[in-house]
Parts: sequence; C-alpha cells; structure tokens
Amino acid sequence: MRALLRREWLIVLRAKGAVINPVAFLLLSTLIFVIAAPDAVGSQAVPGILWTLVLLTQLLALDGMYRRDFDSGVLEQTLVTAQVPFVAILTRIFMQWLSAGFIITILGPGLGLMLGLPVHVAGAVALSMLIGTPALSLLGSIGASVTVGFSRGGVILALLVLPLFLPTLIFGTGLVEAALSGGNLMPQIYALSLISLVALAIAPFATLAGLKISLEMQ
Amino acid sequence: MLTMQSLVCERGGQGLFDPVSMAVAAGDCVELIGANGAGKSTLLRTLAGLHSRYSGSFDSADSLFQGHRLGLDGLLTPLENLAWFAGLEKQPVEQERFLDALQRAGVLAKAYAPCSELSAGQQRRVAMARWLVSSRSLWLLDEPLTALDVSGQDLLAQVITEHCALGGAVVCATHSPIKVANKRTLALAFTSSENQTDNGYPSEDPSE
Repeated sequence: MRALLRREWLIVLRAKGAVINPVAFLLLSTLIFVIAAPDAVGSQAVPGILWTLVLLTQLLALDGMYRRDFDSGVLEQTLVTAQVPFVAILTRIFMQWLSAGFIITILGPGLGLMLGLPVHVAGAVALSMLIGTPALSLLGSIGASVTVGFSRGGVILALLVLPLFLPTLIFGTGLVEAALSGGNLMPQIYALSLISLVALAIAPFATLAGLKISLEMQ
Repeated sequence: MLTMQSLVCERGGQGLFDPVSMAVAAGDCVELIGANGAGKSTLLRTLAGLHSRYSGSFDSADSLFQGHRLGLDGLLTPLENLAWFAGLEKQPVEQERFLDALQRAGVLAKAYAPCSELSAGQQRRVAMARWLVSSRSLWLLDEPLTALDVSGQDLLAQVITEHCALGGAVVCATHSPIKVANKRTLALAFTSSENQTDNGYPSEDPSE
C-alpha cells in the first residue's frame, strides 16, 4: 500500500503536465467565457457554466488516467501480481482526484468570482466541488478503464462518461443556485454525497472489470 | 505447480492450437515453441489470468508474468520500479536487495536513471532484476531473449537454471533455444484443418 502510494506520488511529481494541463484548460476556458459572453457574467447561468467547465476539465484529465500504465505493462503486472487489485485501483482513483478534482475545488471559488458570482457563495461553490468531484473521478475511472485500449479513446470516453456525470452536474449546479437564492443547501449536499458514495461503492469493481476486458482485447 | 488439461486458448471464437496437456513440477524449465501466431503469448497470458477465453482447464500457482510490455514505468528509476513491484507482492522494501539484483542483471550503473532513458536491452535487464526480487516460484516469460546481447542471453540462461535449481519452475516462450540443461519442450501447433472448412473459410495452404 505504501509502495503503491509512493509510486503514484512520484509520478504526479514527475509528470507535472498531467496536472497542469487540465488546470490551464479550466482557467483558459473560464477566461474565454468571460470574454465571449460578458452578458452571462453575473447572471443566473453562471453556476451551470462553471460546473460544465469542471466536467469538461475532468474529462480531459481522465483520458490519460490508465493509458500510461496500460502501454508500459504496469497494469498487467498489477492485475497479475497484486493480491487485492482494488487497493491499487482505489489508489489510482484517489491520486487522480487529488491531482484534478481537489485542485479544481481550490480554484473553484476564484473561478466563480471571475464569472461574477458574489463572494458569499464562494463557500458553497467550493463545497459543491469538494463533494461532487470525487463522483466524477470514480465514474470517470469506469469509462477510462473501458476505453484505455483504444488508440483514440477520448471521444468514446466522453460519450460514455458524460451521461454518468449528469446527476453530479444537476445537483452541483443546484447547490450553488440554492446558495445564490439563499435557500436550504442540505438537499443538494445529501444528494451529491449520495452520488459520490454510490460511485465509491461501484467504481472499483466496474473499473477492475473494464481493465480486464481492455487487457484481454489485445 | 502448474497443470494444464486439454487447454485450448480461443480468439474470436476459434481455438488457436491443438489441446495442450502438461504438468509442470518444481525444477522444470519448459520451452514453449511455435510459429508466429501459434498462440504462445495467449497461452502465457491465459496462465497468468489475463485471458479468459479458453476451453479445457488449468491449475496454476501464483505466478510472475513477463509479457512483451515489460511493466516498467518510464518515469521511475529501476530502483523505484523494483520497490513498487515488491510492494505489489507485499514484500518489504529493501534497497540493498534491489541493488544486488540490479548488479546481478548488469544495470547497477543505471539504478538512479529514469527507465525511459535506458536502452531496450537495459530495460530487459531491469525486468530480469525484477524476477530476482520476486518471491513467486512459477515464472511465465514471453520471449525474454528479445533485445538482449550475448552476455545478457547467457545471464538469462544462468538465472533460469538457478531458479529451477532452487525449486522454481519456468515456462518460457521463445523462438531461439535458451541454453538451459534438462529443459522440456512444449510445441504449439494447429493441425485440425476441419475447423476452418467447417466455418466456411477456404483453406489457406500455400501448396494449393
């Protein structure tokens, strides 16, 4: 377990592009929105725009989630050698969240301000992303595991995974909107937590099955 | 350690070779031969648990599998790769032992360089160091001679001989014979042409 975490951590440190590129994409696309649609800034649509950009950023970060390990044979070795492959898969998903979802959470309030959200909802933005993005990493891991064998799996990954992201998008947006209108946040918090927890229960098994299928296709 | 009973691996619903039956005991070195596409790699992947389309049955101990993809992370150094692998096998991380294995494999000088900077042959040697570190007794090796120089090939034969002498077993797919005494041979061949004609495929015998 410690050896697995150490490896994942070293890889995050050495392949900084995998962390920086999605973040740069998120910042740039937000900026483009501000420039292209100044009318939308500060409007009712902002929570939806913000969460859509988060979804796309996650999608970008997910594409390479297993590809390196697949191409180098590390994935094969993990499945053959590890007594409990779930641990390795969960470690991978956790690091993916840490290097994408967690950073998005930190940037979220700032992006909200860029898009004209009032300061008092910054906490709600961060909270919605903190409990929403784990579901994106977990569900995305399933899609990434199935498409890792395709040389151009990115588009198929998007088609597979975006529908799964919809509930998170709806309740994440709902949470920010509720905070904007001063309503009760608890229903959305419960719903987002539920989605993340269900995803946590399903994703390791589904990912393992997906990886096995991908490894068998070659 | 490993028994196969009329095992046939399948791809696309078709058997790849004639049924294979064999028992591999501790100390055995089995050379797996066959033409390109005969199913050597698929058989090894099946035995490692990476391929589930087969008929017949097999029973295998926990194995070490070495495929065409070496399983080395290019961003990590050989030492870090060995530490990761030892962690997978739930072994303690002992730098000394890893350094010894790398020295034996002849890549000690590259112990702290990223694996992506190593040549193909050197990467093969790092993979060999991984076998030396492993606690698994059954080794499934897929064309381990690839990219190795002459001294590397001798070393490989030595490592395999030693492993067998210590009660391990090796199944090794190869095109050129490895220099190991007392090896057994398992040849994969596909003789029954009825299967093909049954499915409506024309026979592709070049003599016709």
